[in-house]
Amino acid sequence: MKKEKIIEGLLKLSALVTILTTVGILYVLLSESIAFFREVSIWEFITDKEWTPLFVNKHFGIMPLVAGTLLTTFIAISVALPIGITIAIYLSEYAHKRFKKIVKPLLEILAAVPTVVYGFFALTVVTPFLQSIIPSMSGFNALSAGIVMGIMIIPYVSSLSEDALSAVPKELRNGSYAMGSTRLQTAFKVMVPAASSGIIVSVILAFSRAIGETMIVAIAAGQQPRLTMNPLVPIETITAYIVQVSLGDVQHNSIEYRTIFAAGITLFIFTFILNNIGFYIRKKYREQYE
Amino acid sequence: MENVLEAKNVNVFYGDFQALKNINMKFKKNAVTALIGPSGCGKSTYLRLFNRMNDYIDSFNMQGDIMVENKNIYNKEIVVEELRKKIGMVFQKPNPFPKSIFENVAYGLKIQGVTNKAVLKNAVRKALQQAALWDEVKLDLDKSALALSGGQQQRLCIARTLAVEPSIILMDEPTSALDPIATAKVEELIRELKQKYTIIIVTHNMQQASRISDYTAFFYMGDMIEYNKTDTIFRNPQYERTQNYITGRFG
Repeated sequence: MKKEKIIEGLLKLSALVTILTTVGILYVLLSESIAFFREVSIWEFITDKEWTPLFVNKHFGIMPLVAGTLLTTFIAISVALPIGITIAIYLSEYAHKRFKKIVKPLLEILAAVPTVVYGFFALTVVTPFLQSIIPSMSGFNALSAGIVMGIMIIPYVSSLSEDALSAVPKELRNGSYAMGSTRLQTAFKVMVPAASSGIIVSVILAFSRAIGETMIVAIAAGQQPRLTMNPLVPIETITAYIVQVSLGDVQHNSIEYRTIFAAGITLFIFTFILNNIGFYIRKKYREQYE
Repeated sequence: MENVLEAKNVNVFYGDFQALKNINMKFKKNAVTALIGPSGCGKSTYLRLFNRMNDYIDSFNMQGDIMVENKNIYNKEIVVEELRKKIGMVFQKPNPFPKSIFENVAYGLKIQGVTNKAVLKNAVRKALQQAALWDEVKLDLDKSALALSGGQQQRLCIARTLAVEPSIILMDEPTSALDPIATAKVEELIRELKQKYTIIIVTHNMQQASRISDYTAFFYMGDMIEYNKTDTIFRNPQYERTQNYITGRFG
C-alpha cells in the first residue's frame, strides 16, 4: 500500500513539473512584457508600421514581424494543404493497406528532420533554384523559407487527415460505393465531408507549427522586419527576431531586451488561440462519432 | 414469373477458406427472397456478390457466374458503378451520409450528373414517399440525416437506394439494429416494394423471413441446403438441418 502511495506521489510530481514549467514560462513572459508595455504603449505596438528596436531611431511596431510570420506561414500552408490532403486521400481511399503501412511512417520522417537542415536546404538549394527562375529574388526571402516549411509540415496535414478519414465508419464508404459512386466521388463527396473536422484540426495544428517554426525562417528568410506581402524580399518573422536578439549582445533588462518578450507573447497568443480552436473542434468531432 | 438473377456454379474463397460451395440459384422477379442460416454460413457474402461489394476484400476470390438480366456481372467489360445503379443495397446498420436528408436522397442522382433542381426535388419526394418517410420529414428536408431516429435513418437509406430507380434491392439484415416498431415499419415497406422491385434479404430473424418473403434459401457452412417457397420451407422442410434451424434447435 505504501509503495502505491509513493508511486502515485511520483506520478503526481511529474505531472506537476510540466504544469509548473508552463506557469513559469507564462510568468516570465508576462512580467517582462508588462515591463515592456510600461515603456511602449500597446497602441504603438500594434499600429506602428516599423520595428527598429535595435536602431537609434527606435520604433516598436510588431506588425512587420507579424506580417513576416503570416507570409511564411501562408506560403507553407498553401504548399502543405493540397499535398497533404491529396496524400491523405490517396492513402486512405486508394492505397493498398500494406503500402499505407510502409509509406505513412516514411512520410512522418519529414517532420523528424532537424529544422536546421531544412533551413540550410532552403538557403542553399531552394533559393538558388528559384533565383534561376526569378532572377530578381533576394538571397534571403519568404518564398523559399515558406516552401520548405510547407514540406516540413506535410506530414502534420497528411497523417492527421488520414487518421480522420480512417476514423470515418466504413459503412459510409460502402454505402457510397453501393450507390454506384466511383472512388473519387466517394472520397470527395462522402469521406472528406465526414472527416472535415479532423482535417480542419490537422490544418490548424500545421498552421500553429508553421507560425512557431524558427530555424528555417531564421536561416533562409532574412532579418529585415518589413511590412510587406512580397515573398521575394528579405523579411523577418517573430521567431527569427527572438533568435537574433537572444544571440546578440543587448543588455539584460534594457528595453531592447524586453522586446523579445513582447514578441514572444504575441507569438504565444497566436498559437494558443489556434491550438484551442483545434482542441475545440476535435472535441466536438469526437462527440459526433462516439 | 421470370428470373432476373442467377448464380451458376458459384464458389467463393477467402484465401484458403471456402465461403460458398457450388451455389446454383435463380431469383424470381418482383419477389422477396430471404437468405437465412447461422452466422458465418456465407449468406452475406453471397448477397454481396450481386453488387460486387466483395471486390474490396483482398483475399476474395470467386469462380462461377452471376447473371443479371442474362449478363455475367463479373465480366471484364462490366462497369461496377453502372451495375450498382441497377442493384441497390441497404446495409445492416443505417448509414446515412453526414449530409441533409435531401442531400442523402439526392446523392445517387447527383453523382450521375443530375443537376436540375426540379428533377431532384421530385425524385427526392417520390423516393421518400415510397420509403414511407415523406410525412415525417417533409418539413425538415434540410436537417442533418444524423438527427433522425435509427428506424427513420434506415428508411432514409432505403429512400436513397430507391431514388436512383434500381430494379433489384439487396438488404443485409436491414432491421437488426432497429427496435420492434421500426422493424415492423420496414417490413411493411418491403412488402410494398416488391410490387416494383426484386428484393433479396439476408435475415437472422426467422419470423421476419416467414412474414415478408416469398422464397427462402437456407445456407449452412457455405452450402445452400434448401431453397423453396417460404411456406414450404417453414411448414414442410425437406432436410432435417433446415427443420432444426428454423425451429431454433440450433443456430
